[in-house]
Amino acid sequence: MPNITYVHPDGARQVLDVPVGTSVMRGAILNGIDGIVAECGGEMMCATCHVYVDEAQLNRTPLQSDDEKAMLEFTASDRRPNSRLSCQLVVTPEMDGLVVHLPETQV
Amino acid sequence: MTAEVVAIIGAGQAGFQTASSLRQEGFSGRIMLIGDEPALPYQRPPLSKSYLAGESGLDDLWLRPEAFYETQQIELVIGETVTAIDRPGRSLRLASGGEIACDHVVLAVGARFRPLVVPGAELDGVLPLRTLADADTLRERMTEAHEVVVVGAGFIGLEFAAVARAAGLAVNVLEVTNHPMGRVVSAQTSQFFTGAHIGWGSTISLGTGVARILGANRRVTAVETSDGRVLPADLVLVCIGVVPNAELARDAGLGVENGVVVDEYLATGAAEIAAIGDCANFPTRFASGRVRLESVQNGVDQARLVAARIAGKPAPYDKVPWFWSDQADLKLQIAGITVGHDAAVVRGDPQGGSFSVFCFRDGRLIGVESVNRPADHIVARRLLAGNPRLLPAQAADESFDLRAHAARKP
Repeated sequence: MPNITYVHPDGARQVLDVPVGTSVMRGAILNGIDGIVAECGGEMMCATCHVYVDEAQLNRTPLQSDDEKAMLEFTASDRRPNSRLSCQLVVTPEMDGLVVHLPETQV
Repeated sequence: MTAEVVAIIGAGQAGFQTASSLRQEGFSGRIMLIGDEPALPYQRPPLSKSYLAGESGLDDLWLRPEAFYETQQIELVIGETVTAIDRPGRSLRLASGGEIACDHVVLAVGARFRPLVVPGAELDGVLPLRTLADADTLRERMTEAHEVVVVGAGFIGLEFAAVARAAGLAVNVLEVTNHPMGRVVSAQTSQFFTGAHIGWGSTISLGTGVARILGANRRVTAVETSDGRVLPADLVLVCIGVVPNAELARDAGLGVENGVVVDEYLATGAAEIAAIGDCANFPTRFASGRVRLESVQNGVDQARLVAARIAGKPAPYDKVPWFWSDQADLKLQIAGITVGHDAAVVRGDPQGGSFSVFCFRDGRLIGVESVNRPADHIVARRLLAGNPRLLPAQAADESFDLRAHAARKP
């Protein structure tokens, strides 16, 4: 199972095995990771599953849809070039070792 | 004095969020989350969409895994019904016979499906869709059904119709008004979706109700419409709206009118009892007067506000309402409350399946309905929260930069 590392704003790291086909958001929710809210459940309505993908790994994540780009304007923490909605990062074998940084706040 | 025990009645999205936010706000007392359904707190929106279509499973529905409640010290009491609030005794009475002493009560009791009162409504195969159990039954029945009649063309009815058509079932939708989703959306959006469903192969009868439901051997066989037609059916979905669960509040002597009446702090007439989400009737600047809203956003934002208040940070509720609906490849996103608009303009191209309807009242923007146009939806949420000054002509002009406009100070 691919390994995903979630880095909290204070630098604490949590490493999870997330099954292929599950989103980085759902992986966090199912394992009780604080810092991902996901109030709309992955419908791209709320921008509360915002993460910063490790910059060196951006090419390993799927392309952003127009919907995601639009929704990223509504994040509570700064939007950066490596901002993603983790509900849109559906885990593939190639994403093994992915590191995502959690923002200061989601709401 | 700090509250010691918060009892949250209702373990849906609003109740769950109250419990979760109380801990985030640093509340250190006891939290009891009481729900009458047997399941862990779950998300309701997928029940009429991906879950029904079999694209997502139970694990995708849970708001949090069971372990979350333990680590957050949230006492989850599921499969239990609260029968009364004893205000002088500061306790709740339970159907199982017990009592729960508490300092704060949060009513997050939601709403229940409105039954169809016609002969034959009790026949096997006439189903509601509100709970996980309802969705499981419906999902199973769909596998053996061929002809479906949907009674009521609101969000749930049309979301179900889209899923049923995709599954290859024949679908007849009956709507008593002339506007599907008309309680919530403009005539323009309503007409667009009506056309879309017809395009997907559903038959939609407007201005048509149900006279009675016919059956054989206690199973549904057909629906007789108000205009005398007999539509064969082996499955009938009844989705004609909901009734807010206001009985507990009423019996406790609290104000009830289309839900539990609360003030801008979401408190009922009793300061220690709050009401949030689908069951709460609250004042808002986003409507003319009071509203009761049925949405995830409303439940979640109201839960956060009440949790903060109990934790000592009171503030009036002032969030822009938003809603969504998925029907086949169409995503409808609504910002604000468009009911009661006196002018509407379209931005974009309905023919191309991507447009927004900007709704105004007395020259002021009150809400925007977007179909496959998320950027408009986001701008609308910003505009409504801050500076809703926008001319209809500007909204309709695609060369007018809405984003830049929304960023301007009022």
